[in-house]
Amino acid sequence: MATGEVKLLGTWSSPFVLRIKWALGMKGAQYEFIEEDISNKSPMLLQYNPVYKKVPVLVHDGKPITESLIILEYIDEMWKENPILLKDPYEKAVARFLSNFGDSKVCITAIYLLLHLCISTGEKQQEAITSAAENLNILEEKLEGKRFFGGETIGYADISLGWISYMVSLLDDVTNVKLIDEVTYPLLSQWISNFTSSPLIKDSLPPRDRMVSKFRMLREAFLASAATA
Amino acid sequence: MACEKGEGDVVLLDFWASPFGQRVRIALAEKGVAYEYREEDLANKSRMLLEMNPVHKKIPVLVHGGKPVCESLIIVQYIDEVWAHPNPLLPTEPYPRARARFWADFIDKKIYDCGTRLWKLKGEALQEAKKEMICILKLLEGELGDKKYFGGDAFGFVDVALVPFTSWFYTYETSAGFSVEEECPKLAAWAKRCAEERESVRKTLYDPQKIYEFVGLLKKKFGVE
Repeated sequence: MATGEVKLLGTWSSPFVLRIKWALGMKGAQYEFIEEDISNKSPMLLQYNPVYKKVPVLVHDGKPITESLIILEYIDEMWKENPILLKDPYEKAVARFLSNFGDSKVCITAIYLLLHLCISTGEKQQEAITSAAENLNILEEKLEGKRFFGGETIGYADISLGWISYMVSLLDDVTNVKLIDEVTYPLLSQWISNFTSSPLIKDSLPPRDRMVSKFRMLREAFLASAATA
Repeated sequence: MACEKGEGDVVLLDFWASPFGQRVRIALAEKGVAYEYREEDLANKSRMLLEMNPVHKKIPVLVHGGKPVCESLIIVQYIDEVWAHPNPLLPTEPYPRARARFWADFIDKKIYDCGTRLWKLKGEALQEAKKEMICILKLLEGELGDKKYFGGDAFGFVDVALVPFTSWFYTYETSAGFSVEEECPKLAAWAKRCAEERESVRKTLYDPQKIYEFVGLLKKKFGVE
């Protein structure tokens, strides 16, 4: 087990921060969580991430690591128990590819957009839904014959894509858009169920009520500004 | 049984001018891996490319033993892991590895997009892009410091990630009216050093004038004056 003081700078709602909590949890690593106010960034955050000034930042023995996917690899290399990346270079490449894909503008933005928007014509919403659906098809294919993207156990790609598992049900609550149903995406639906019921994940999901309120507020603000434009 | 590296089952789908493809070519050369290079016509993508990279349909794609690896930095890491020697590209310790990945990722996020704006845009937008590019290059120069390479004494992952863009510097400078040598002398010196001391770089990069002419063609295609 790696030694040294570990701090995680983050926010309660960021899916990128949550990945790091999951990874540290899987490794049984002790750490201090420091909640950042993004509208009023701390000197610590600005000092440790001068390039992007964003969370998450992992600080290990005073040394900062930034960018969530890079932090995940660092954690996997420092804490050897419960490896999240497989040893085989090809499997690693696949996991890295899936994670990048999930983070790419098309995927995460499509879903974020859906959470924020409900434009009355519905046309733009439909575009975003179609785009998200294409990406979800790709993920569905990747789960063929597997319980998790990592195989039998949760791995790097599961942690990276894990935000999907709770964002889609939030989407349903906030906008009545059901993006992942069991008929169209049987494997993804099963993955969501397996992932969110796993003990480590289940206890660390951001408080649902708070998330719903947050997105409802963002949506209302957006609709209000769109109406007055 | 001794195997020749690559054994003819390493194929690279690529486009000659792509700096992303060049990263892969440089990494393969650093490792002495034999491979088959296949030039793609990006206006008429091959069936193999569409099959091997159905998600993004982009080059470069490394096909090793029939299995595709996509995204240039993922490919370079794959090459570094499969053919660890000679010339390891990533450091061995976790913290320096994380730093190397950070800067390679920074280069990925910033240089190509900002560079494209330099030759596509005019007026105020161009001035903004120029300021941004100089900022980006200065940050990179700060990371390089007085080291021989970004990797320290050895040519490494970040060097591979950035060096293909050095043949685009002339295009960026000419489009926006600035000089890399003046703004970032250490970075300019590093670029020269890479070309002089690494055969992989010398054999892979094209003359900046040739890239400038290529961009000229792109400009016509996109209707940019």
